[in-house]
Amino acid sequence: MRRKALLVGLAVLVVALFAASLMVGKAVVPLSAWWSGDPRWAIIAELRLPRAGLATLLGASLGLSGAVMQGWLRNPLADPGVLGTSSAAALGAVAAIVLGGATQWGIFAAAMACAAGGLALLAGLTWRAETPAAFVLAGTVLASLAAALTMFLISIAPNPYVVAAAIDWLMGALTDRGVEDLTHAAPFMLAGCALLLATGRSLDALTLGPDAARSLGISLPRLQALVIAGAGLCVGAGVAVTGVVGFVGLVVPHMLRPLSGARPGALLVPAALGGAALVLAADIVCRLAPGAGEVRLGVAMALIGAPYFLVLLLRERGRSWG
Amino acid sequence: MGLTVDNLHVVLGKRAVLGGVTASFVPGRVTAVLGANGAGKSTLLRACAALLPASGGQVMLDGRDAATMPARERAQAIGYLPQDAAVHWNMTVRDLVRLGRLPHGDDGVEAIAAALAATDTAALADRPVRSLSGGERARVLLARVLAGEPRWLLADEPLASLDPLHQLETLALLRAAAGRGTGVVLVLHDLTLAARVADDVLLLKDGAVLAGGPAAAVLTEANLAAAYGVRVAILPHAAGPVIVPQGRA
Repeated sequence: MRRKALLVGLAVLVVALFAASLMVGKAVVPLSAWWSGDPRWAIIAELRLPRAGLATLLGASLGLSGAVMQGWLRNPLADPGVLGTSSAAALGAVAAIVLGGATQWGIFAAAMACAAGGLALLAGLTWRAETPAAFVLAGTVLASLAAALTMFLISIAPNPYVVAAAIDWLMGALTDRGVEDLTHAAPFMLAGCALLLATGRSLDALTLGPDAARSLGISLPRLQALVIAGAGLCVGAGVAVTGVVGFVGLVVPHMLRPLSGARPGALLVPAALGGAALVLAADIVCRLAPGAGEVRLGVAMALIGAPYFLVLLLRERGRSWG
Repeated sequence: MGLTVDNLHVVLGKRAVLGGVTASFVPGRVTAVLGANGAGKSTLLRACAALLPASGGQVMLDGRDAATMPARERAQAIGYLPQDAAVHWNMTVRDLVRLGRLPHGDDGVEAIAAALAATDTAALADRPVRSLSGGERARVLLARVLAGEPRWLLADEPLASLDPLHQLETLALLRAAAGRGTGVVLVLHDLTLAARVADDVLLLKDGAVLAGGPAAAVLTEANLAAAYGVRVAILPHAAGPVIVPQGRA
């Protein structure tokens, strides 16, 4: 009953924010313009609709990846970034910007190729690993390596414009993303989400530790493959079209765990809805910034995420020290 | 029929932990697996639940090789309670006990209610696990295994970290499960409690069987001296023999 109320509430929130995302921007387009033949309809159909769609998918896939990653690693501080996929995808995108002509499709393809390469490297490094700690370590290796190569590429960029383009891209944004971005990324994100949604029961069982989970008939190698492929597809495709957007995967499961209950499987769908709502809301805030420009989505997420964790910290401190 | 171990070898890392163990467990009876630290007790239990690969020999469950039967079918037959009673998320007792139904893929409302009732934890059903005392938590984890209605219940030191009253209550629960026809296999450290609860005893030393059979026949001064390297006195008592370690054998 309570779970149904939570899901309905979150779904209503996502729909409302989606509608708001279509209306709000540097120019406010009222609802009535949608069906009255108003020329401003073009703003909605060509600019805001794909952007809102991308925000919804990106948020849902990041929130879901975060919930799955926390359940799998049995650590509430895990997030999709720990596998190093986002860093690898960012490396691919920056390589395309610095070395290639940086067409939209070129950036996407390079980022996805690097994300896949990163996942293959991760799978190789953790071959037959027994503990999740091995994945965190391998992910850290991958992330550091990718970050170093990304900086190297930026340092050898032929001119300052390319440097600016690469750094601009790394900050993560939904600005000016079009229908092509949505159609490139959506199949990968949806496939990734489908894989991640299949992990619920296994994650529940893993609450009791790996031995007990296996004794309940859960295949840990299958779970591992689902998590890595699913999170890799979601994060890789997300970074490939929007740049690096952090905190969603970390914050959303935290926010919703008290409402959904601590069972990891019960957190998956709420985390997807909550992630979509959070990214839609953050993207609206980005557009409302005064002046001609927009705040970067990655920056806005960090600005939302940091105070949230400060509050958590203060509450924890009150509990254990007070 | 039953759960039998045939010339089982298990290698962990580079160490041969079990070197040719042969044993058979009987439905409806409680078997205590005893032995010194490192004798291979937990390894034997984990291998019986097919959680460890055998490097030789096999575990047979009702005449079939446990290692190759479908995981789900094996999970329905064998309930395993690990020694490390970690609960990583603070879920409610009811959600935790419901995990025992995973191999069956159903709600198992009656089985869950029965498991909660048997372990006297029905009143705790809506409490978060981390609000429980150690004894309550141990009972809830046992309820999780009972909810799966396994034909074999393998428990690794189910009495560790329990106070005497909860030890007795847990033993009574395990005995009751055996009374319903479940084969119960326990790794225990406390010899007196083992003597009190077990029908059969399997005594391990250095990864091999030192002695096996009815508890009274196995729990002798000579066997215990050989297995643990201690001199023991076995004192008769109305509640069962009391085994007192006295010094190096």
